[in-house]
Amino acid sequence: MALDFLLEIGSEEIPDWMIEPALDHLKGAFTKLLADNKLKGAVAWTDATPRRLVVQLSGLPQGQKDSVETVSGPPKSAGEGAAMGFARKMGVTPDQLETIKSDKGEYFCFKRKLTGKPTGEVLAAALPQLILGIPWPKNMYWLGKGTPRFIRPIRWIVALLGSKIVEFEITGVKSGNTTPGHRRLAKSKKPIKVSIKNYEQKLLENFVVVRANARRQKIEAGIADLLAGTDLAIKQDAALAHTLCYITEYPTPILGSFAESYLALPAEVLVTVMRHHQKYFSVLRADGSLAPNFIAVMNTDSDPEGFVRSGNERVLRARFNDARFFYEVDQKKPLAARVEDLKNVTFQKDIGSYYDKIQRVAAVLTNDADARRACELCKCDLTTDMVKEFTDLQGLIGGLYARAQGESEAVAQAIYDHYKPLSMEDSIPSTPAGQRLALADKLDTLHECFRIGMIPTGSKDPFALRRAAQGVVKILIEGSLDSKLLDLVSNDSLKAFFEDRVRYYFREARGHAYDEVNAAITCGWSDLKDLAARLEALKAVRPTADFEPLAASFKRIRNILEQAAFTGGAIDITSFADDSERNLHSAMTSLNLRGLGYREQLERIATLRPAVDKFFDTVLVNAPEPLIRQNRLALLHHLRSEFSRIADFSEIITSSN
Amino acid sequence: MDSYQQIILKLKRYWADRGCIIQEPYDSEVGAGTMCPETFLRVLGPKPYRVAYVQPSRRPADGRYGENPNRLYKHQQLQVILKPTPADVIEQYLGSLEAIGIDLSKHDIKFEEDNWESPTLGAWGIGWQVMLDGLEITQFTYFQQCGGIDLDLCPAELTYGLERLAAFLQNKESVYEIEWAPGFTYADVRLEDERQNSVYNFEMADIPTLWKLFDTHEGECQRLIDAFRAIDKDDAGSRARFPVLSTYDQVLKCSNLFNLLDARGAISVTERVGVIARVRKLAVGTAHLWVTQQQTSPEVAA
Repeated sequence: MALDFLLEIGSEEIPDWMIEPALDHLKGAFTKLLADNKLKGAVAWTDATPRRLVVQLSGLPQGQKDSVETVSGPPKSAGEGAAMGFARKMGVTPDQLETIKSDKGEYFCFKRKLTGKPTGEVLAAALPQLILGIPWPKNMYWLGKGTPRFIRPIRWIVALLGSKIVEFEITGVKSGNTTPGHRRLAKSKKPIKVSIKNYEQKLLENFVVVRANARRQKIEAGIADLLAGTDLAIKQDAALAHTLCYITEYPTPILGSFAESYLALPAEVLVTVMRHHQKYFSVLRADGSLAPNFIAVMNTDSDPEGFVRSGNERVLRARFNDARFFYEVDQKKPLAARVEDLKNVTFQKDIGSYYDKIQRVAAVLTNDADARRACELCKCDLTTDMVKEFTDLQGLIGGLYARAQGESEAVAQAIYDHYKPLSMEDSIPSTPAGQRLALADKLDTLHECFRIGMIPTGSKDPFALRRAAQGVVKILIEGSLDSKLLDLVSNDSLKAFFEDRVRYYFREARGHAYDEVNAAITCGWSDLKDLAARLEALKAVRPTADFEPLAASFKRIRNILEQAAFTGGAIDITSFADDSERNLHSAMTSLNLRGLGYREQLERIATLRPAVDKFFDTVLVNAPEPLIRQNRLALLHHLRSEFSRIADFSEIITSSN
Repeated sequence: MDSYQQIILKLKRYWADRGCIIQEPYDSEVGAGTMCPETFLRVLGPKPYRVAYVQPSRRPADGRYGENPNRLYKHQQLQVILKPTPADVIEQYLGSLEAIGIDLSKHDIKFEEDNWESPTLGAWGIGWQVMLDGLEITQFTYFQQCGGIDLDLCPAELTYGLERLAAFLQNKESVYEIEWAPGFTYADVRLEDERQNSVYNFEMADIPTLWKLFDTHEGECQRLIDAFRAIDKDDAGSRARFPVLSTYDQVLKCSNLFNLLDARGAISVTERVGVIARVRKLAVGTAHLWVTQQQTSPEVAA
């Protein structure tokens, strides 16, 4: 009868963002454990709360099958002495040895019978290492120097195979069949005895919802109840919802409110205070404006006397008062009066201050007065109390203050946007001045960091240079400027770095196949909008009947030219020896691509396929006569160079190669 | 409703009942309870220790002339060190909240990741901020390293923010409205301290004098560290009687002067890292002295 296995690793509260990666690791580790030990079965599910990581396996056998292991010994030619030695090593007498033949000759061997171990024994032996092998971003010891490390102290373990406990010990904790319920709501202070079958039910009775998805649904349903009958809605925030699922075992949302007067503060500030400092959802009115409400998610079942609500409201009030205080103090010194202060704000110790940075950036913004003014002020918010307190709001605060202090809308918006895009998903600055400033700022960071040798390697990228380069690429492609990337980059290793980012952008953000990206990039990548248009055309034409076969021919042409080390020459139409050559030549010369879009051009080029096929079917390029051979090579070279301006088709991976 | 002092007395009683020595505040300016020798030095080495004390903690830059209801130049922490950490440390901690009248069945408690680090002390730990109805009331840290030294035992450090806790329990919007003792508010006891020290810290502290003091204390500290290092390897007696604790007092002076200079705006962002490194060097040096001294003469250790 197949067995189930349940493991619950009981810990103190694990940081929310580490939990899912740990579950992924556990799933892989268990799959490997089963395979390595030749046990049937599979991981049925994994799930977690902040205090427990849970894995269930199903379909396990009672034990491993008995097996035979063949251990090879010395060659038979080595004689009896060697056989004796080998037998001794195996703990047997020479007559128990056998021989096997391989392509290298005949060898002594010993067929050792292995008795399969019970599944519980295999698990008990492997689990301590498996559990301690979970890779955490930052772990700790708690029993003293040199003791095992884990993300937080391990306090209990449930390990059940069928109805039996799989016994092992880890960091002084013995595995068992009991688990504590919710810290405060559990019906009993003592741990609860569970079986595999009743595990989730027993925990639910003790106010622990084991499944993260069920907790998410509980939060969503609770919010829907709270807002039913109003025109309010929460500001959707998947990352916050995820966090809340993993800092609670029994989540229950509550609705709180704050005084309307705080709505006079910038919405960005209010949302940041609620979101980042208090983990609250903001609440929006039907018109999308902020309502004076918030939703907090408790790790308990109810708030009968309103203590939790009023407590949270009071904390939020204090936070908002702080923000208001910062806002008022900051206005006493406008951004323009803070420029000099930037001399004391280090950008990077070997690069200099933010003051130096804005001087460099302004120097390239000569043709756009708005961008230039925005540049002068864009880093001044780093000296404000608001940004010192809420660092995520850098840029946004500068933009809001600039507007409040009478700068033009174009300048304010450019400042507000100039850190954009913050990710592949984020939008680019909305105005040309903002795009120019963002571009110049990011390019300055990249050039300066590369100049002093701060080049990202592997996972090390402390100045987020990949993100900066990605931002440059995104702005050039999606924005309204017509700058060419390579005109803006003066450092060779930075050029190579950018080429990687361009590839990454088209593959990951635009979903182009990597061979199409290779094919199009070969024909130039400085004009990124042009590259984007060529890739779109390529993607559209690729599925058509003639395209891939033609691409395969181009690959063949490339190989032929490379083998012949042929670098070009004139076509002599009088030296054609075959009609297929003449046909191909006339098909090529009559193909008029002028004035056509990339897609139409590619479609026309694809019509060359029959002529190309016929050519290869009929003639041998490497003809014995040098003149004919030379002419054929010239024809192919011409074909390739003439029609590879949109993309190098030979880079396309086709089924025939 | 318990007064502020009643809350403190109950917490001290609670931890005394769990085997803690009840210490009094350290008599030198510190930025946090962690900096007291009762924590910084005692967490080092293999000897178990349990202690609880209230420590007034000075953060000059947080001063607000007594005008902000929640920010203080000097706030009070209840610092608890449990070395080694008992397995039921969280239950014990939650019990302490119940001991001061927080009915946990009617409130929301969460443990949110918050790792603590003090670059000036070369110290760090792993832990949480404990949130009560959205208010951070305690920093809970499993100490891992102190003075750059891996800790033999792994102490738990519980730091309660006493003003916040009292304002919460007494339902006050401002810390100054907290009832300290019957008939006396927090403002009665401390407001003048906040006002006058804000004036001094932000406006009147003489920067050249502070730098001179910093250099003097740094020099004295380094002189002592060097003197200890110069002691002959076999001279256990001289090492055992060496004033490591007095050396550490010089570290605390430097740390406080750094905070004052910082509040005064005398340290540019560029200089900051360098000054922190100077204090850290002294803290790390003294921690090593302490460990060496403890190893040479176990009878000196408390």
